[in-house]
Amino acid sequence: MASAPIVANFSLNRNKLKPVKGRWIEAPSFKAPMRRKRRADAAMDHFFGWRRENGRVGVRNHVVLLPLDDLSNAACEAVANNIKGTMALPHAYGRLQFGADLDLHFRTLIGTGSNPNVAAVIVIGIEDSWTKVVVEGIAKTGKPVVGFGIEGHGDIAVIAKASYVAKEFVQWASELQREKCDISELWVSTKCGESDTTTGLSSCPTVGNMYDKLIPKGIYGVFGETSEITGAEHLCKARAATPEVGERWYKMWKAYQDDVIEAHKTSDLSDSQPTKGNIAGGLTTIEEKALGNLEKIGRECKYIDILDPAEAPAKGPGLYFMDTSSAAAECVTLMAAGGYVVHTFPTGQGNVIGNPIVPVIKITGNPKTMRTMPEHIDVDVSGILRRDLTIPEAGDALIASIIRTANGRLTAAEALGHREFVMTKLYRSA
Amino acid sequence: MTIPHLLVHEHKDTVGVVVVENLKAGTEMLAVVTADNSSFSVASRADIPIGHKVALKDIRKGDTIWKYGQDIGKAVADIAKGEHVHVHNVKTKRW
Repeated sequence: MASAPIVANFSLNRNKLKPVKGRWIEAPSFKAPMRRKRRADAAMDHFFGWRRENGRVGVRNHVVLLPLDDLSNAACEAVANNIKGTMALPHAYGRLQFGADLDLHFRTLIGTGSNPNVAAVIVIGIEDSWTKVVVEGIAKTGKPVVGFGIEGHGDIAVIAKASYVAKEFVQWASELQREKCDISELWVSTKCGESDTTTGLSSCPTVGNMYDKLIPKGIYGVFGETSEITGAEHLCKARAATPEVGERWYKMWKAYQDDVIEAHKTSDLSDSQPTKGNIAGGLTTIEEKALGNLEKIGRECKYIDILDPAEAPAKGPGLYFMDTSSAAAECVTLMAAGGYVVHTFPTGQGNVIGNPIVPVIKITGNPKTMRTMPEHIDVDVSGILRRDLTIPEAGDALIASIIRTANGRLTAAEALGHREFVMTKLYRSA
Repeated sequence: MTIPHLLVHEHKDTVGVVVVENLKAGTEMLAVVTADNSSFSVASRADIPIGHKVALKDIRKGDTIWKYGQDIGKAVADIAKGEHVHVHNVKTKRW
């Protein structure tokens, strides 16, 4: 039988976990660490991050093993196992893709490696030439990046060589220092998941309030989920900064309806949208879901441009729309590839998603979710439903959480090891 | 402020959302309209789970359901005030 754990200088109670009675042995010096008092307003205008070679600021300092293709996952994972402090990003695709689908594959990998949360990258691919495309794309940021092709060498030789480089990279990265940065240098994305009626009442308006406060300060924001705007498309179109941008948005949304939904539907979308989880949470129609979803862009913000999946924004600070799937991991992966460094994720029924390179902050207003799975939630806004917390107060609490996360506090998803990295595939490979 | 049983987005809405767990049939519910914090009361006619909707007035088959002050679909059955509103009696107009 395993012996009971010995706990010292740490109180599990503080984190809302209740130790089983009599199971914990406390050291005589046991004392719960004091929770540092934070002045809510004092630290709202800056954070501490890593300024990269191209001037962008990251809030994490990952050294990444990036597979070009499914075949190279094993070598990447072996290197990450050899060299502590590095991380492999295995995924399912990368062979025989072509056209727009291949462009998206490259854009996602290059964007992921270029994200300022990543200090240095090693790319491993089955062959040299596509590997080189990804290496050269990431190299434009000025960060250290090296590629290896497996053919002609084999896994073991590549793993050995890449391990030597990974060790150099991780030791170099571990000495990089955070510096004080203005909040305007933060890029914050959003997408919600396992939505229910409480997301539209509480957690989505909380994100909207955050954007209403931070977009005027000069941050970059992004929302997406093309399919899940269905039912609120008239409202979304009207939130464009100019009629021209609104028209482009509507064209993009309509193309999705015609090319994907109409082309592939077998009956209607009632079995997928809303999802079974949404329906369990009380959402009845796609319109109701979309109206709640759109609460994430607040009352004031207007989006200034439409981004292709994984495309980096290029029109300066402001809110953007990215044409993405509404599946959580696909969407967050694409936004991370677009260069966003912190993700805000409202959930109702309790989506547990994370991302390997971007901290994902979970916000819920559902008291049942807060009661049944609190370890997944970073910001509890269930007070909104009890009317003892206002939306602006919840927005401030989210901003405080964003800054603490940016400064280094691990999110629930990071602590729990959620690293969902999912490439979006447009069509079947050749 | 007393904790509400029901939140309603806009005055125009014909449904509200249950925001407490274990709501029983026959409860005289306190409903708050979030747009202006005004309140009213309505009796529940079923046990309704948290997050699910309640009819705020008698709704006839074919009527539009309003939430957020917007059209979210149509009734596919008559729904009495205080009854549970969900996929069994409401459907999107879209598909």
